Amino acid sequence: MAEGTHVPIRKYLVVWLWLFILSALAYFIDVVHVPAPWKAILLVVVALMKAGMIMAVFMHLGYERLSLIYAVVAPLVFLLVMTIAFLPEGTAILGSHSIVAP
Amino acid sequence: MATAELSLQQEFQDYTLRSPFRASWQKVMMWVFIVVDALTFGSLLVSYGFTRVSIGTWANPAHVFALHIGGKEIPLLLIAIMTFILVSSSGTMALAVANAYERNKKRTVLFLTLTMLLGLTFVGCQVYEWTHLITHGTRPWWNPYGPPQFGAYFFTLTGFHGMHVLSGVLYLAIVARMVANGTLDRRGSYQLVEIAGLYWHFVDLIWVFIFTMFYLF
Repeated sequence: MAEGTHVPIRKYLVVWLWLFILSALAYFIDVVHVPAPWKAILLVVVALMKAGMIMAVFMHLGYERLSLIYAVVAPLVFLLVMTIAFLPEGTAILGSHSIVAP
Repeated sequence: MATAELSLQQEFQDYTLRSPFRASWQKVMMWVFIVVDALTFGSLLVSYGFTRVSIGTWANPAHVFALHIGGKEIPLLLIAIMTFILVSSSGTMALAVANAYERNKKRTVLFLTLTMLLGLTFVGCQVYEWTHLITHGTRPWWNPYGPPQFGAYFFTLTGFHGMHVLSGVLYLAIVARMVANGTLDRRGSYQLVEIAGLYWHFVDLIWVFIFTMFYLF
């Protein structure tokens, strides 16, 4: 019976290893001071790779029906678009905060 | 009692087959919760990004969250350790789910307990981090490192996430008890462990973005 989704343990272990590698990579991208635009791009790519692996394998989303995948992933894509879309707008009011940094 | 429980299980199965998602309503509801919770965290992160860009200056997290070992400053070491702990807990949670489907009660409880311990260690690190920052004068309205908003977003983002980890530990404790005392055997389904796993992995997923957006930038 469709009690749940059975993912082979080997697959879990491979993803687990990759999560460690990517976390270490993200840390090193920060430590070695990659130049500005590349740092942002690399960090976002690494974060999205980690997120994708966690969702697809650990959360079994890759083994679910396509309708469930769409229902979950579509809002998150719009969330990502919103996160990026608001950043340029922030520069429009740059310096208008009245509180001065210490 | 046994027939009542069995018919309950039958009901779940029928529901799963009729569901457009081919998933039990418990699992679908957990996914609904996760998407909603992701939007909550998302709005916090959007607001954080917007605020940070509009201020123009910010504290240097590599310096603020550095640990001093042997007189040397190692940037973000505590955060790296916390990330390591949380990723480890996601792995042990995955193993708990795998063992639950093999109906291995002992190992399921073992891995659930390991996951809880790692979760508590993570919260312990956070307590250390908060204590450190608070004793150095960080408040939601002021901090010695940068604009006041740095403190506000630090406490909001990490506090919200920490509460999720703590609730997760409680949730897993309840699930572990239900595995150990045979409730899930009587119910005839171990799917509860998988659903609790969804929540736990989601908390790890949120940390990926807080780690990237708050600590590394």
